[in-house]
Amino acid sequence: MNRTELVELAENLEQRRQSMELRLLVCCGTPCVAAGAEAVVAALREKIAVSETPVNVDVVGTGCLGPCSRGPLLTVQRSGETDLIYERITPLQAVSILDACLGKADVPEQGRLPDNFPFFSCQTRVVLANSGRIDPEDIQQYISYGGYGALAQVLHESSPQEVCDGMVTSGLRGRGGGGYPTGLKWQLVRKESGVRKFVVANGDEGDPGAYMDRSLMESDPHRILEGMAIAGYAVGAEQGYIYVRGEYPLAAERLRKAIRDAERLGVMGSRVLDSSFSFRVDIRIGAGAFVCGEETALLASIMGRRGQPSIRPPYPAQAGLWDCPTLINNVETFGNIAAIFTMGPAAFAAIGNGKSRGTKVFALCGEVVNTGLIEVPMGIPLRDIVFAVGGGLPGGAPFKAAQTGGPSGGCIPADKLDTPVDYENLQALGSIMGSGGLIIMGEKSCMVDVARFFMEFCLDESCGKCVPCRTGTIEIYRILTRICNGSARPIDLENLEKLCLMVKNTSLCGLGAAAPNPVLSTLHWFRGEYEAHVKERRCPSGVCAMNELPIHQMADELLRRIAAGRVNGEAF
Amino acid sequence: MPEPHEDVSPVDDPRLKLVDRAMKRLQYQPDALIEVLHTAQEAYGYLSRELLAHVSAKLKLPESQVFGVATFYHFFTLRPRGEHNCIVCTGTACYVKGAGEIVKALESSCQVQAGQTTVDGRLSLGTARCLGNCSLAPMLTIDGRVHGPETASGAVEKLQQLLEVQDE
Repeated sequence: MNRTELVELAENLEQRRQSMELRLLVCCGTPCVAAGAEAVVAALREKIAVSETPVNVDVVGTGCLGPCSRGPLLTVQRSGETDLIYERITPLQAVSILDACLGKADVPEQGRLPDNFPFFSCQTRVVLANSGRIDPEDIQQYISYGGYGALAQVLHESSPQEVCDGMVTSGLRGRGGGGYPTGLKWQLVRKESGVRKFVVANGDEGDPGAYMDRSLMESDPHRILEGMAIAGYAVGAEQGYIYVRGEYPLAAERLRKAIRDAERLGVMGSRVLDSSFSFRVDIRIGAGAFVCGEETALLASIMGRRGQPSIRPPYPAQAGLWDCPTLINNVETFGNIAAIFTMGPAAFAAIGNGKSRGTKVFALCGEVVNTGLIEVPMGIPLRDIVFAVGGGLPGGAPFKAAQTGGPSGGCIPADKLDTPVDYENLQALGSIMGSGGLIIMGEKSCMVDVARFFMEFCLDESCGKCVPCRTGTIEIYRILTRICNGSARPIDLENLEKLCLMVKNTSLCGLGAAAPNPVLSTLHWFRGEYEAHVKERRCPSGVCAMNELPIHQMADELLRRIAAGRVNGEAF
Repeated sequence: MPEPHEDVSPVDDPRLKLVDRAMKRLQYQPDALIEVLHTAQEAYGYLSRELLAHVSAKLKLPESQVFGVATFYHFFTLRPRGEHNCIVCTGTACYVKGAGEIVKALESSCQVQAGQTTVDGRLSLGTARCLGNCSLAPMLTIDGRVHGPETASGAVEKLQQLLEVQDE
């Protein structure tokens, strides 16, 4: 297939789509499927199959639409009218909506989300543009919305250097959490001499509480492939790998199908779109190790070894896979590429705030009314995300903290709700952008216990290569456990802080260096809670059991109990 | 349920053929170790020492390296799993919403520690760091099927129903 044929195909497919009288899009993301989306699709298809009059209706099982807590979701697209979205749809309701639309009757109001529903109206969807709109397993639907157009345009109109320059202009930064300028990274790999180079997409989303990458890979796999192909062209690589987390079998399956379909159509593989550029992509399945999100560990894992990080330099851009120059970006970063070249790098750079350009996808979870996947422009105040998009906490409960960046990030307290969400501002608050998990917590969450939860995660996931991380995380965890069970001494707080800084400054890779962040950030913003635990042996949130005693108080307590005649060998 | 120390021979074991075919397809490259282990675990349900030795011989890798990789990653298990598999997500969103209660309730009702299999081999109870279904928090999967938002009592009931049905 060449560029002209691709454009023609896209036009035909778009016309066909627009000729449809009615399109019913049922969200078939995992949460919606768990809530019964498949039965809805089946009911609609059956109804259409038995319909006596031929109807011009499309029923599409799409990727994730976003407001996952309201699933199953149904989008009704009627020609010439605004889209309607229904929540918590049942097969019966879906059929009655279909009947109403075909009979030109008024559509039912029950379960319909209001127009301008803030969950959607506050979002800017660039990466998620197709999520919830196309069937992820159908390459034609991706093409009908202009898919692979950016790749065709780049291959025929720009030199690799111009593509890199475009990336620099766009101001895109790594969406995996680090925020390294993507254009700069591409330039570095491009400048390396070397016959073989590689492009790697990091889809090892290990952060607990984050699922943007899973959703993107499941909802719009071709977008990632297109981004990787453009990257391959820009840096001079002909082979790409997508490293998919082992816990995400559906994402891997969809990507495999996407690669097959794209190669069959000639938009991937050898001689892409009749150009001299060839690009192949293979899938590598992770096997469950958080540290593999670190780039050198990820490369080790792709090469079949234990996922242990190595010392940089040399950076992967110089010596990565099999010592060849390797470009590693997060899958969400690759999700931005096609959009950047479709809308133009300058238009992309117009979205955002300060040094953070474009949008960011967040997984909004925890104590919030609308949980789900959202995409907001960089720089949006945290308050808007929590209260406008998220709809606030259930029952109007007070907001206590927002956790970003998972086990490498920190907690943002209520009085910082007006902070613009971008790389610099989050860092200034002692947190990080991270890969995009955003967990909202109410008064029922104890911040010390939250810190302990993340430290338990880090000690478990430490690969064991360097001492500060391997033993430091365990020691920090022990102190936090003492604070939570009431046996901490006042000096523990001081030691905790010292130890955190030591681990932060001396660990080999990002996992260890960022592991103390949740502790340091909660210590900073919620020190009162730590002090209540240590000095008053009281958990203000009522989470911690506090059923043990610090060693220096044990003698007094024993004497007190003897005096009261209550010594039966019971524990303190 | 397979025996804990089953031998990888006989040679005509179809499961072993699957593994051998995977290695052949990957041209016996040592780099493909993780792919091969995935295939092996899919075929056998777990990775026995004999199986690891077989893989190490075919890929010409030291057994220590194969064992190292198999034990490094959480995904690989060296012991057979139970007939049914229940995994409770303990990611941040589930933790905030009370996944800890669910784990405790299941541990006491099924009389098995998280991460282990019941004595009769009927059920493996596990926890996962995050299954990526945070909007359903707290959630769990039973034999791969997603359930959520879940309560402690609801989870106990679901598992008991599952185990009872098979008893009849």
